[in-house]
Amino acid sequence: MPRLVSHPDEVKIVTRRFGQGAAEIDRYLELGGYQSAKKCLEQGAEWIIAEMKASGLRGRGGAGFPTGMKWSFVPKQLDKPKFVVVNGDESEPGTCKDHLIFLHDPHSVIEGAIIAGLAIGAKQGFIYLRGEYRYLLEIMEKAVADAYARGFLGKNIFGLGDESTGTEFQIITQTGAGAYEVGEESALMESVEGKRGVPRIKPPFPALVGLYGGPTVINNAETIATVPHVIAMGAAAYAAVGSERNGGTRLFSLSGHIERPGVYELPMGYNLKKMIYEVGGGVKGGRGLKAVIPGGCSTPVLLPEEIDIGMDFDQVAKAGSMLGSAGVVVIDDQTCIVEFALRTISFYQHESCGWCIPCREGTDWLKKSLTRFHAGFGEAKDIDNMQYIAENMMGRTFCPLGDAAAGPILGFVKKFRKEFEEHLNGRPCPFARHGESAVG
Amino acid sequence: MNSESLSLFSPHLAARFDALAARYTVKRSALVPMLLYAQDEIGYISDAVVVEVAQRVGVTELEVRNVATYYSMLRFRPVGRYHVQVCTNISCMLRGANEIYERFQQELGVASGVVTADGLFSLEEVECIGACSWAPAIQVNYDFHDELTPWLVAGILAGYREKAWAPGDGSSSPGWEAGVPGDGASSPGPQADAEGKGRNA
Repeated sequence: MPRLVSHPDEVKIVTRRFGQGAAEIDRYLELGGYQSAKKCLEQGAEWIIAEMKASGLRGRGGAGFPTGMKWSFVPKQLDKPKFVVVNGDESEPGTCKDHLIFLHDPHSVIEGAIIAGLAIGAKQGFIYLRGEYRYLLEIMEKAVADAYARGFLGKNIFGLGDESTGTEFQIITQTGAGAYEVGEESALMESVEGKRGVPRIKPPFPALVGLYGGPTVINNAETIATVPHVIAMGAAAYAAVGSERNGGTRLFSLSGHIERPGVYELPMGYNLKKMIYEVGGGVKGGRGLKAVIPGGCSTPVLLPEEIDIGMDFDQVAKAGSMLGSAGVVVIDDQTCIVEFALRTISFYQHESCGWCIPCREGTDWLKKSLTRFHAGFGEAKDIDNMQYIAENMMGRTFCPLGDAAAGPILGFVKKFRKEFEEHLNGRPCPFARHGESAVG
Repeated sequence: MNSESLSLFSPHLAARFDALAARYTVKRSALVPMLLYAQDEIGYISDAVVVEVAQRVGVTELEVRNVATYYSMLRFRPVGRYHVQVCTNISCMLRGANEIYERFQQELGVASGVVTADGLFSLEEVECIGACSWAPAIQVNYDFHDELTPWLVAGILAGYREKAWAPGDGSSSPGWEAGVPGDGASSPGPQADAEGKGRNA
């Protein structure tokens, strides 16, 4: 079982029931479960959306789009079936928060999906988990079956109406089969439809034309799991926990060279330096800090002098990176950044679906360049060339994977140019510790 | 009919497929899960699996292949009974995943994508498996093993060897194509119990 961690600075909202057996429905009910969905059923769609807007909750998948606003985009007067899709494809390297949500609190995902369904008038929800999370899918499937048995899901949820006046909400759990790209919302819908996970062109956006052509709300699993807590504690109280325009808390996955790695729930806007040195116990083995990836593999690197910032969407953007999936990866001073960049681009080269040429060719070209460079066969002009390739990928693909691949490479080349140059002089790699273990 | 098609879709798998297909308004939505579940039972996406799934879902074989080749977990060759997947992505790499991967190569004597001679194990280097804060991590079939060190590797493998010998196991394990290895003379290491079991199994 993944280790659970704790720190006094944590504000446990989403993780409140972790480690307390809440995967069992009776325990979940003892801990206040399904009360929020019941309240929402009584209050109605407009109230729910107003609460979500007031809470300041923004999408936890990475883009940070306000959840209440996203839900309000679904047209009310439309005869097509509407859908709620929970994105549990969690595959951004450095991120393992949804893993714990499915393990410890699967009913919060179901309850959040019910509330989203009530808000947009959907009768059908999908909970999509990445294929590798089989044991979590089984936990989720049991939770859904239990929720049906208790009448929280079905034709007349909570038994508040009768056959004709009751509210219907059904949930299907679905497994993926290995694909980073499917974490992108339109690609995920393609996968649910039984196709290759290739992204769709936008517009139209899913709120108008989504799954099976119907209006669809698709939210990250953490966002959905947060929703019942927002309703339970009240939008104003939730918003007050976070920073300006960034309501509530975030599940930060701390990994890499850190003394106490783990998933910590901290208020939005929590200082990154403090997060690393106090919550995470500092750099592993007391070594020096070289760099930090603030929000998962796809977010540009920050230097030690750039980490005295609040971790919310706006402040990290201002610092030139992204909060992304809040996967904080700590890199010590003995790590080779060129090798790290190579491992990063190798991942994107592997995951690029090949649909858009700048991404397909760009990732491949960058991987080849970095492989050669790290092996000691680099040339000075390669450095500018890598920057040129990455710049020409940015904004030129259907989905964000192209940007996700190019952004970090740009960051490494610009901020660690000196280290790239040292590879030309200190061939093959001046860092002995990782020098032998490059990926090919 | 070849021997492979005789084992295709056990009653359990057929029932699972029917249940899957029934819950969707669009039957094709069952395609990706169905391919994975079929692989779990049969070991890989064989030609016969493609034919069978195409018929059951009501799409062409070409469509099934087109979809199946997109997903990295779906494979077209048999693997070992215990498929060892070592994550070497950034969070795991920083905590020694490459050393873990090398140790597995040494212990098993095979490279990535190769099955051991006894058919018991196969090895694959994989991308992020979502266990970054508990790195370095691996999966053996669907079981996670996390916070690894190179000296835990032998014990993990011994645990699975022991499991393979245990009576009543092996009826539905992925990729188990070869017969039961040897004559039962070899015994698992003493540390098998401590570290060999899938922690999340």
